[in-house]
Amino acid sequence: MAPEEIRTAILEILEDIAPDEDLTALKDDVSFRDQMELDSMDFLDIVMELRKRYKVQIPEEEYGELASMDSTVNYLTPKMADISA
Amino acid sequence: MISTNHNLKPDDQRIVITGIGLTAPNGNSMAEYRESLLSGKSGVSNYEIRYFGETLAGVCDFDVRRHQTRKDARRGTRAGSIGIYCASEAIEHSGIDWENADKSRVGIYIGVTEHGNVETETEVHELRGFDYDTSFWSHHHNPRTVANNPAGEIALNKGVIGPHYTIGAACAAGNAGLIQGTQMLRLNECDVAICGGVSESIHTFGIFAGFASQGALATHDDPTQASRPFDMNRNGIVVAEGGCIYILERLSDALARDANIIGEIVGYAMNTDATDFVLPNSERQAQCVEMALGRAGLATEQIDIVSTHATGTAQGDALECEALRRVFNGHGNTRFNNTKSFIGHSMGAAGALELAGNLAAFDDGVCHATINVDQLDPDCALDGLVTDQPHELGNVEYVLNNSFGMLGINSVLIVKKSIDRE
Repeated sequence: MAPEEIRTAILEILEDIAPDEDLTALKDDVSFRDQMELDSMDFLDIVMELRKRYKVQIPEEEYGELASMDSTVNYLTPKMADISA
Repeated sequence: MISTNHNLKPDDQRIVITGIGLTAPNGNSMAEYRESLLSGKSGVSNYEIRYFGETLAGVCDFDVRRHQTRKDARRGTRAGSIGIYCASEAIEHSGIDWENADKSRVGIYIGVTEHGNVETETEVHELRGFDYDTSFWSHHHNPRTVANNPAGEIALNKGVIGPHYTIGAACAAGNAGLIQGTQMLRLNECDVAICGGVSESIHTFGIFAGFASQGALATHDDPTQASRPFDMNRNGIVVAEGGCIYILERLSDALARDANIIGEIVGYAMNTDATDFVLPNSERQAQCVEMALGRAGLATEQIDIVSTHATGTAQGDALECEALRRVFNGHGNTRFNNTKSFIGHSMGAAGALELAGNLAAFDDGVCHATINVDQLDPDCALDGLVTDQPHELGNVEYVLNNSFGMLGINSVLIVKKSIDRE
């Protein structure tokens, strides 16, 4: 998957776990928590959905990489390079 | 005039109902529900659930979004959503100034028949797609399946910081929730009790499969005729979802805020058969009814309406009627009806929902019918059984509500309309 495709995949996950949020104005360089109501269980949802949908395993010590859209896409790009969109 | 005990208690020991919120398969408010019960409208429909396939159920269609965000509904359970809807409606109905209420003095006591089966079945089903690799098991599983979940979700939604828990009491749970609320108010553990029962059971295939294996799941070509307690051709239970939550307060507090008082809980009792896992014991049921009457200081002829528990099983219905004949026979003024004939068996909500449908008789003076009794089983014959059409009673002063469950748990609740003062 290309970075833009990964971004779309993350957005789809966010739409599912935060259905009340308007994500159209999401700023990629700002942390999710600063612009959305997300708690630790929601972040675990992101990790779980990546595992279920794309078989991507994220070690607990690397959860911090999922802070913002930019950091998430950067982190996942090498991990998801071989996955077809 | 036969003397009664309840009005001899001080006002801070007398417990009154000041609000009711409900969702039933045939109504999402007291008004809708009552209209359905008086017009003979069933809430049972065709239903399909994974593994088990096509069956029948009482399904609720309340608006989850009315009191809950989509995110909270997704994170929580169906029982939680039912509880939040009913509790929110009950609070509004009570007229309590909720924003300024002391939330540390509110207690939540919710009856459940079972909890956690729905989520566990879903997780195992999902896990099958991942070759039973438990790393795909949801981190939401534990908070969704802890036994206090439905009460805890209400607490989160309403900002309640007093005690909250569920009462596991099989199908006596609705009454048990109300009894717990009554006791906690008398003990001064809270000032407002949010209590009653909820059921999400139609979302677990296991309950249908279990009743089917037991030979106790109703079938009928016409879903609206499947739930038929007391009828010769009854063939089992129609499982339903639903919820009914009450606001209880001490009479002294209700009078102080000039609340609209719906009725007073003047008697209750719970006991146990200790004879069988599933088969009821009519002698213990009769004792439970007599104990509630005795505590209320009431004679049988003072009860206007008995809301029966009967679920539509061959033995269960007959045994309850045997118990009721033992207590009431010869006292022709009392009328008997059955709400499950309309909505099926709403499990943990049943006691609370069936009581609520009959409390409306305090306003309209009518005993709603038992529908689908086309051919009365002689073993279920009761003097005063109201079938087919509602029966006009005029003034209804006392309603007695039966609610029994597996493992021989029995509960009886008596509610009085008028607030007598010494």
